[in-house]
Amino acid sequence: MRAFLISTAAAFALLAAAPHVLAQSPKQGGAAVVTFNNDLTTLDPQVGYDWQNWSVIKSIFDGLMDYKPGTTELEPDLAESYTVSDDGLTYTFKLRDGIKFHNGRAMTPADVKYSVERAVNPATQSPGGGYFSAIEGYDALAGGKANELSGIRIIDDKTISFTLTRPDATFLHLMAINFAYVVPKEEVEKAGADWGKKPVGTGGFKFVEWVPGQRIVLERHKDYYRSGVPYLDKLTFEFGQDPTVAILRLKNGEIDIVGDGIPPAQFTEIMADPANKDLIAEGDQLHTGYVTMNVTMPPFDNLKIRQAVNMAINKERITRLINNRGVPANQPLPPAMPGYNTDNKGYPYDPDGARKLLAEAGQPEITTELYAMNVDPNPRIAQAIQQDLAAVGIKAEIRSLAQAEVIAAGGAGKAPMIWSGGMAWIADFPDPANFYYGILGCAGAVEGGWNWAKYCNKELDARAENADAMVKADQSEKRIGEWKSVFDEVTKDAPWAPVFNEKRFTYHSARLGGDPSLFTDPIHIPVNYDYIFAKDAQ
Amino acid sequence: MVLYLARRLSASALILVGVTIVTFCLTFLIPADPVAMIAGRNSTPEMREQIRIQLGLDKPLVEQYVSYAQRLARGDFGTSYARKSEVGPLIASRLPATLLLMLGAIIAELLIGIPAGLYAASRRGETGDKVAMTLSFLTVSTPQFVLGLSLLYFFAYLLGWFPLSGYGSLSHLILPAVTLGLAGGGWYSRMMRSSMIEILRQDYIRTARAKGMSERRVMLVHALRNAILPVVAMIGLDVGIFMSGVVVVENVFGWPGIGQLMWQAIQSLDIPVIMGVTTVAALFIVAGNLLADLVAPLIDPRIRLR
Repeated sequence: MRAFLISTAAAFALLAAAPHVLAQSPKQGGAAVVTFNNDLTTLDPQVGYDWQNWSVIKSIFDGLMDYKPGTTELEPDLAESYTVSDDGLTYTFKLRDGIKFHNGRAMTPADVKYSVERAVNPATQSPGGGYFSAIEGYDALAGGKANELSGIRIIDDKTISFTLTRPDATFLHLMAINFAYVVPKEEVEKAGADWGKKPVGTGGFKFVEWVPGQRIVLERHKDYYRSGVPYLDKLTFEFGQDPTVAILRLKNGEIDIVGDGIPPAQFTEIMADPANKDLIAEGDQLHTGYVTMNVTMPPFDNLKIRQAVNMAINKERITRLINNRGVPANQPLPPAMPGYNTDNKGYPYDPDGARKLLAEAGQPEITTELYAMNVDPNPRIAQAIQQDLAAVGIKAEIRSLAQAEVIAAGGAGKAPMIWSGGMAWIADFPDPANFYYGILGCAGAVEGGWNWAKYCNKELDARAENADAMVKADQSEKRIGEWKSVFDEVTKDAPWAPVFNEKRFTYHSARLGGDPSLFTDPIHIPVNYDYIFAKDAQ
Repeated sequence: MVLYLARRLSASALILVGVTIVTFCLTFLIPADPVAMIAGRNSTPEMREQIRIQLGLDKPLVEQYVSYAQRLARGDFGTSYARKSEVGPLIASRLPATLLLMLGAIIAELLIGIPAGLYAASRRGETGDKVAMTLSFLTVSTPQFVLGLSLLYFFAYLLGWFPLSGYGSLSHLILPAVTLGLAGGGWYSRMMRSSMIEILRQDYIRTARAKGMSERRVMLVHALRNAILPVVAMIGLDVGIFMSGVVVVENVFGWPGIGQLMWQAIQSLDIPVIMGVTTVAALFIVAGNLLADLVAPLIDPRIRLR
């Protein structure tokens, strides 16, 4: 009787849920056009590393792990399931049945092994190879002394295991980033230098053609293992489309998504137009914009001066300057990131307090330099920071340079202050660790590294590593708590002045449907192409 | 003539070598590190060192240039840092679009400049002349991105006469060609005007008029034929001006030529592509100048090639 009741209840629950489910599963068909100003550089998943090719690669290729669409929640993808050994050093993945590459061949564990090794192999020049440094045999392969990773073992035709040299709680995320996406060896070798131009993967979209400077066309992969997705039959990326022109084309009904986003100069006008109400999706990004202060050189080797800078910057005003396309930041981690501490309020805007701290530091007048990238809106933001600093007695001369030059100055440790806009930092994967080692840890505080503050706190490094050794599922909460405290310490030490966390606004045509979170997917930046659909195909 | 040609060709070759040397050195003067751009933000110093060695960037500048020049002499432009594919085919795939755009711009500037110059000369000192010359001044001094975006907004978006950027048909070509050629059209109208005015003072024109020939016939047959030659002789030089203009115009109109390629390569510090496009552009500029010089004596027998 009890069982009957429960099953009846379940049936009712199902019935109640049914219309919702129907509404949530659109019909397949239709096409969409996405515009970008710049042509893509490459579709090689082990090489591509800019925000433009990042999500196109995600639609063509898959990894062992992925995230639930529109969220930062991990789930198995090409893997059906996985186990972690008790010591946290061995991950064993069981692959799903029936995964096929776009060339028709079935995917095997050997492909997974080949792909990760390809990322680490120095001949590939992958910008993501370093992510896999915990896998046994990394040093030998990365150093050119071996041809494979000894830590990867093919157990049978459906099972593969990874042995690590140290526990790494981010390992499952690493199996979900593009650099670990599975590629077919025979196609890579056949294409040679052209591999990045004719990709073959297992993903929801199959590559059709790339006309240089003009367009890339993808079509739905009929043998995709997830039935029912992607919804779109065809996806075209058009290049050379200035966003200003792309917006005119969108209004004309010629295109569907402005891939570059809404230009700052037109943002207010477009947002104010009631016709656009349902056409603009708004979402959080795993992004923080910050000012780095080089802690190894005067005046910023003095904690009080770094804190004074934090208190001098009017973050609210700068957020208004970017048309409120973000929220003022109070700590290094963005609010959407696990480990963000809602109790950490950071430094208040307090020019008087800042002046007092400068006086306490014995340096009421300071002259320094602020580096910034020379593309709008960054020079304007740098000017606002400059004004705020001048108001408390810090004279900062702006050095507005090309991206590569700012990065070089930061890496060399020559820049006293850098405004990070346009260069850093959007997380590669949704874990606090991704916001630490390269940009705040000792590993990045070297010549050419991305820790532009050159902040190296050995004690925090040890705590971070300790946190990442907590790999068990039931330790996850404790681990995140530990990361929280690491970032609280960073906030106190103030190597950065966090300024704002950017939001993403995607402008799309009325004929495209899908949850707004898909148009501002935190992982598939800017859009999760696999789950948006064409209303005219319904 | 043959001797002249040989001398000019060898001088051109020297200029090209000079261009590659200067560009090569300039890319090293930029205070930025291509290896850092390739290796990305998660790289370790060891990884960066490895890539530096793979690319040969650890060697002395002179040695790097010599090996680059040797490869270039064999037609090998090297491998793109960002795309990891060969630069030669990359440029070859983009070049036809740029040449088409330049051809369109030459036609546009002639179609604009010659009639405007003729008109102004025939109305010398009158309002029509002043309006035409003011307009030509405006076209010469308007930045191309402003002009391009304005043309797009009015003729493509508001009026819908042309497609909003893209490539593939004559209608796609017209606006970018006009944008690229309009400034040249302005120059040509001024040259045409002064050339006409000078010729209209000549005796043979007075004779023609005295014979009772219609003013229309005097202008279009006798004067135009002589006045147009110095203008046409300038076309070769336009190649150089256009080569710099295509970077802006191709980006405004989404034209898939080498200008667009160059712009993206600069952003990502893709030095082999920057070098390749510069070399190819220099090749065309040198060829254009040579052509202009060779055509000059055919047009004006007073000019001798020595």
